[in-house]
Order: sequence, then structure tokens, then C-alpha cells
Amino acid sequence: MKVVIVGNSAAAVGVVEAMRAQDQRAQIMMISEEPHPIYSRPLLDHYLAAKIPRARLAYRSADFYTRHDVTPLLETRVVALDTAARCVTTADGRSIDYERLVICTGGAPIVPPVDGREAQGVFTFARLGDIEGIDRLIASQQVHSAVVVGAGMIGIKATDALSRRGIRVTMLELAPRILSAALDDAASAILAARLQSAGVDVRTGNTVTAINSTHGRVSSVTLQDGGELAAQLVVFGIGVRPNVALVSGTDIAVNRGIIVDRTMRTTVSDIYAAGDVAEAYDLVVDMNRIVAIWPNAYRQGAIAGAQIVGLDAHDRGGVAMNAIEVQGLAAMAIGSANAEGAEYEVLCEGDPVAERYKRLVLQDGRLVGAILVGQINRAGVYTGLIRTRMDVSAYRKQLMGDGFGLLSLPEHYRKHIVTGQGIEV
Amino acid sequence: MKRIVIHEEHCIGCRLCEVYCLVAHSTSRDIIKAFKTERKTVMPRVLVEEDGPISFALQCRQCQDPSCLEACISGAMHRDERTGAIICDESRCVGCWMCIMVCPVGAIQQNLLGTQVASKCDLCYFADVPACVANCPNEGLTYEVIDEEARL
Repeated sequence: MKVVIVGNSAAAVGVVEAMRAQDQRAQIMMISEEPHPIYSRPLLDHYLAAKIPRARLAYRSADFYTRHDVTPLLETRVVALDTAARCVTTADGRSIDYERLVICTGGAPIVPPVDGREAQGVFTFARLGDIEGIDRLIASQQVHSAVVVGAGMIGIKATDALSRRGIRVTMLELAPRILSAALDDAASAILAARLQSAGVDVRTGNTVTAINSTHGRVSSVTLQDGGELAAQLVVFGIGVRPNVALVSGTDIAVNRGIIVDRTMRTTVSDIYAAGDVAEAYDLVVDMNRIVAIWPNAYRQGAIAGAQIVGLDAHDRGGVAMNAIEVQGLAAMAIGSANAEGAEYEVLCEGDPVAERYKRLVLQDGRLVGAILVGQINRAGVYTGLIRTRMDVSAYRKQLMGDGFGLLSLPEHYRKHIVTGQGIEV
Repeated sequence: MKRIVIHEEHCIGCRLCEVYCLVAHSTSRDIIKAFKTERKTVMPRVLVEEDGPISFALQCRQCQDPSCLEACISGAMHRDERTGAIICDESRCVGCWMCIMVCPVGAIQQNLLGTQVASKCDLCYFADVPACVANCPNEGLTYEVIDEEARL
């Protein structure tokens, strides 16, 4: 069997590891646009912040390809797919046949059509190449002030890393609060205050309308409110869109991302998709959608890999979630974390001074979302409740309690969850 | 593989498992030194939950399909080939807490005592029997080979 994986990150690694757990014979090729061996994108901000050396970006050890008998094809872009002939074509004109294809092309950062965006010093924050560019600019000691556009996960990570490098950062967010997609007002305010106390200028309801440069280099930005900010570095962190170009014009059905079933098959049966490019089942909202997070990518890849070697693997569905740390303050948003409306029951309590907050969202007596700020130990127990859809309506008080744990939950659930997979109580 | 089995009905909440876990994961492996001089850097990886007469000691369940492994962004979380235990390589962990967010039993904890890392049971891979099991006075924890296939 000849398996071609387009991609070289979490989903692709998931495919390989699941395949090789069962099968040593299939030929596997991994094709990546980037020149780097497997590295962790979510660690890029840690690297830029100088919290970890470059070597620790490696998500798997350097011998991954040889140990798993994989042929890597790096610095190679796949530009065309012929589903009838079962082959892909690379930018350098090579035609590569496959029996199974896994598309793990991820997403590409969005750069809004702002005047002056081609100036030197304007970056996105997605790939190692971006971070190397930012790092070089900082090393040249030309960066005193930076503007980060977007206060979602990427914008916050970029801001946090740059400010740790001693750069004065202004963070611009069009929405009325930071991390608006994940958090509610109260949680967002605690994190914004932490950023501000670290010297970050957080401006909501505002964005960049033009980038101004001197001798080709960024010198300032013009803001939507008419103001102007001096900056030698601009980072766009406003979102990503799935890289679906490869499948356009084929029989593969695409909505926002490539539509996959619970086995990660696309609408063409010998082609799978996994990771940030895939529109897979999300069990909280009970529909397919793109949830571009690391755990989903790895799991989806592993399911595709298991299917390819003949196992009956099915995805139980993803849960949107993210963990973030802002200047040392940990926060998590799980499921429909900031949901509001008549169909939801919201339990919350917090202390902005102590930088603690907990918000739980129930729907029809079931937990569907959680926000935690400050105290995050045992957060996974909430995730487990969201996944199992257990009725927790009689346990509201216990769920909100400080000592929340398995003992706060009914005995049958407690025993079920610690006895699974061969463990007895 | 061998797994730690929890016997809630035998647990009296004495927390000796926590004490001996901490000692086993200290540098000195000496109970006095561990508590008197190393307490700032080492913590137990087993957690006793207690509410009145009900208590049990909880540590990583060593899931067959571990959520923590798929969520780990650094590659620190891995399966030890010899024991089958899921181990967090603390030299690679960045303390992002993704594993804490997904562990359904809440068996992974923040270790903020030194470099921030995720702290979890490693089944005392360096010993024959995990310290929590070996030092439980009531067999509230036992270490057993479980026939995984038979249970499916």
C-alpha cells in the first residue's frame, strides 16, 4: 500500500504513528512545503519568548522518519490532485501516485487587505519561518514598539512573547474584548488586566487601516479611530483559513474545510483529511465544523491512519478547547464556554482581584462549556463531563465548589471513569 | 500491562500514598530529606480525594487511548515502551496544561514548584512496584496485570 500524506504536523504524525502501530509494510511519504523536520507550531511563541531553545521545538525526535520508515519530501509544495488517476503533482513538476491520500494541509493565516502590508516588518504568526523573521528583526535591535492585530489565541501568544522580549506591544482587537471567541466579559477582563499590568497597551474596538513605511520598512500604523502608532513590527493574528486549494475542482466536498465523516474519509473514499483543514464532527454543537486545535488534529490523523491499516476506528467527535497563559496566568475555555442565551444555564463566580474565575454552562441539565481562570487543576474532569453528556443538574453546587473532583460526582460516574479499560474499583 | 487498581472501600484517607510517592520522586529518596529540604521542588503524583468516610487515592489510569498524549503540544507525553506507562518527560514539557484540560479523571497536576511542568504518575518505572501501592497499609491500591482483551 502506498500512502501519501500532505502535511508534516500533528495530524500527519497521528497518521504515521497509528499506521505503524499495526503495519510495517505500507510505504508512507510525507510531503511538506516547509524545510523543517516535524516541529510544534504551538511552541513557536515559547521559542520567540526565549522560554525554550530551538531544539525543543521538535515535536518528535529527529529519527522520526527513519524509525517509522517514512520518506519525507520537504520544501515541496503539492499543487494539484487528480482523484481519478490517484496522483498528486508537486510544484517542481513531479507526479506522485498514491493508493491512500491524507490531506493535512492545515490553515493559512489571514492577512487583511490593508494598504502597505507588503512592507518589511509585517508578519503573520503561524510558521517557524515567520518566527525566524521576527526574531531576526528583533535581534537587529530595530524593534522598540510592535503592533499585534487580533487578540485571539495567536494574537495573545504573539503579544505575550514579544513583551517578554522587552518590546512595547500594542494589541488591537476589533471586538469589544480580548479572546472574544473563547471567553466571556469577566474572564476576558481578568486576562486583559494582566496584560496591561505587564505593560501591554490593549485596545479593543480598533484595528489597523494602513501600514506606513519608511524606506520599505514599517514605521507606523494608522488606526481605524484615526490615530497613528509608531511601530517597527506588525504581527497579524486575526485568524486562519483552511488550506483547501488542493481539492478545489475535485469531487471532494468542501464547505469551509474539507468535509469528513467519523472515519476522516472525505467524499472520495480513498482520500482522508485531518487537522485544521478538516471539517469534522464536533460533539458539543452536534455538527461538523473546523476546530483548529492540536488534540483534534492528532486524533483525527490517528483515526485516518488506523482506518488505512484496516482498523474500525471512529471519531467520537471533537470538543473545541484551548488553554492559554497570559503573563503567567493560566486560563482555559472548553466547549461552548462563553455561550449565552435562554437555552443555557450559566453558573459563575470569580474574584478579579485574586485573578480567579469559573464559569460553567449547562444545557438541558448537561455541561456543555467551561471557562477557568487562575485555578485550572482538574479541568479535564469538566471536559470528561462534557464528552459523556451526563446529567449534572443535581450537582450544580458540587461543580462550582473549590474542592471539585471526582468525589463531587455520582458514584456510578466516578467508578465508571476510573474503571474503564480494565481498572476495577 | 500492569495497572494500579483503586479499592475505594479499603481506603482510609491516610495519605501515606502521597507521602511515599513524593519520596519516590525526590532526589534523595529519603523521607526526612524529601520533606525537609526538597519539598520546594517535589510533589506527590497521586491525589487522595476525601469526603467524610469516603476516600480514594487517584493517579493516572494509564488509558489505552490517552487524551493527554493526543493533546500534548511538546511531545513530552509519551508511552514508555517497557512498562506501558504514559510518562511526561519533564525536560520537554513546557507547562501548557493541555493535558490537564483533557484528562477525564483529573490525574495530572500543575507542578509550579520549579520549572513549570505537568506532574503525573509514571508507575514508578524505576521500581518493581509503585511506591503508593507498596506503602498502602490496607491494600487500598494494588498493582495487577489486567487482561485488557477479556474486558473489551
